[in-house]
Amino acid sequence: MARVGLSKIRSGISGLDEITGGGLPHGRSTLICGGAGSGKTMFAITFLVEGALTYGEPGVFMCFEETEEELARNVGSLGYDLKELIADNKLAIDYVHIERGEIEETGEYDLDGLFVRLAHAIKSVGAKRVVLDTLEALFAGLSDSGLLRAELRRLFRWLKEQGVTAIITAEQGEGTLTRHGLEEYVSDCVIALDHRVVEQVATRRLRVVKYRGTVHGTNEYPFLIDAQGITVLPVTSVQLTHEVSSERITAGIAGLDAMLGGQGFWRGSSILVSGMAGTGKTTVAAHFVDAACRRGERAVYFAFEESPHQIVRNMRSVGVDLQQWVDAGLLRFSASRPTLWGLETHLARMHKDVDDFAPAVVVVDPIYNLSAVGSTNEVRSMLLRLIDFLKSRQVTAMLTAYDSGSSQDPWNAEVSSLMDAWVQVQMLVSSGERNRGLYVLKARGIAHSHQIREFILSADGIQLCDVYLGQGNVLTGSARVAQEAREAEIEAERQQVIAVKQREMERKRHQIEAQIAALQGDLESQIAETERFIARQRAVTDAAVMAHQKIAISRGEDE
Amino acid sequence: MKHIPESADARWNLRLYIAGKTPKSVTALANLKKLCEAHLAGRYTLEVVDLVEHPELAKADQIVAIPTLVRQLPPPLKKIIGDLSNKDRVIVGLDLDLIES
Repeated sequence: MARVGLSKIRSGISGLDEITGGGLPHGRSTLICGGAGSGKTMFAITFLVEGALTYGEPGVFMCFEETEEELARNVGSLGYDLKELIADNKLAIDYVHIERGEIEETGEYDLDGLFVRLAHAIKSVGAKRVVLDTLEALFAGLSDSGLLRAELRRLFRWLKEQGVTAIITAEQGEGTLTRHGLEEYVSDCVIALDHRVVEQVATRRLRVVKYRGTVHGTNEYPFLIDAQGITVLPVTSVQLTHEVSSERITAGIAGLDAMLGGQGFWRGSSILVSGMAGTGKTTVAAHFVDAACRRGERAVYFAFEESPHQIVRNMRSVGVDLQQWVDAGLLRFSASRPTLWGLETHLARMHKDVDDFAPAVVVVDPIYNLSAVGSTNEVRSMLLRLIDFLKSRQVTAMLTAYDSGSSQDPWNAEVSSLMDAWVQVQMLVSSGERNRGLYVLKARGIAHSHQIREFILSADGIQLCDVYLGQGNVLTGSARVAQEAREAEIEAERQQVIAVKQREMERKRHQIEAQIAALQGDLESQIAETERFIARQRAVTDAAVMAHQKIAISRGEDE
Repeated sequence: MKHIPESADARWNLRLYIAGKTPKSVTALANLKKLCEAHLAGRYTLEVVDLVEHPELAKADQIVAIPTLVRQLPPPLKKIIGDLSNKDRVIVGLDLDLIES
């Protein structure tokens, strides 16, 4: 390696390694601090269990607050079987119990007992990873805090000497990272956890406060604890380096494909379909899904507004049968009310569905509803992460959004920049009727049409037809039909005039041709006469010469 | 809360945990021996456990600090940590004061 970097080990916590650029500092201690119930122990145990199962690094868990039994039960909810790991010699748990009431302090002491226990546990399984949860319990059990501090300093130094990577957890203090200032001793890496409730929606967040000698993400990152363990969701874990596809996929609407250079969207791109209420956004999305399933690809439809049954029923009315794809196992609906969970939970569920089902195409219908559970900024950040995630899987995403029709809509401005293509469905109101107009606002990397097409919903699905573009205005609906009829009439008249003109010309041509024929005849007879005259004259001349010769011979003239 | 040992001649079973022959453990052992001879002559057994040799015992007996003196008998279990230099506190901690009276 040309550059001497800090060596890091994978934490095994999905997402955390992206934020920290590779994991926790190898052979050092990391402090994880947070309030009660912020997930410190879960983090620590995931680090150990994943280390043992995935990276072949056995671990030691020294707990000060929970017994081995309690711990095993608590992490059972994550699907971890600590007993089995212990039986396999991949994990050692040591419960350190200090009861102040039982202990009398008389004179000088040190914490060699703790060191001995830790050393023994490390040796017994050959541990590479160590967790101390929560070391600060010592402060409650022992009164000589000066001595404790000195011993803790010694402990951290000792841990470093052992070459183990350690996680120390600590309770958050009032206005400080930890109640007893442990961050003073563990200076390599500090991670703060937080569990906040905003408008009745709780979200867990994580922040890397400090990571000596390395670049790290400094934002607060949401994380989840569910049956699959801990997932940290980095805002952009994939750093805009997705592979891009050079394949195009149909939008499922022939007219729209035609507007997109005849080939549809890029595979793996994100497409925003926006429009006012009732403009047919869902129908556009349904066509898109239908086309994907028709190709034999899988699709996931995230519905935030309507139930799957309702969507299926409504789409049947425009000739799109989605039920057949559900039955064939190609289409999965994932419907939930936006307010049911926080944004992060929604995101995590979407991740999970995409992971499970491996779709080629995803529809989110609609996205603006999510703003019920988060600010525009939060929704934007969530969508950004969703899109990044989908792109990393080459999943093509179609997202629908409400827009008031004005391009000043702040929400669209926020979201649209994330999108590769933006199709807008507008209501065009004129001559007392509303008609739908569809146009492609942007389509990155596609030479697309800039025209508005009239968007007609029929029992056979969506049809796009050219709107009347002439005389400086756009006509749709019956106005267009009337205009087209008018134009047809004018055209017919014009055709008639042309026919008359053509007939006239034909007649003239015949006349002139007849004249030419007559003149030609004249000319030919004159030429014949002249030739006859010339022949006659020549004959006369020849006769004269002959006569002259005859006279000369008769006279006996010498030559 | 203090229990008076059932009889003054109950057997005393004491265990001192040390980790190697450090000055603190040497001091503790000397202090303890002196105290036992003075108060419990003939009625006690004293066992010294060196955790460097038997590290597994530290976990079994919940030892954190060194030196730790554990009174296993008579019940209840008592733990005294430190080099036992504060004699009065050791006497109180072991309830030796109660059998004196």
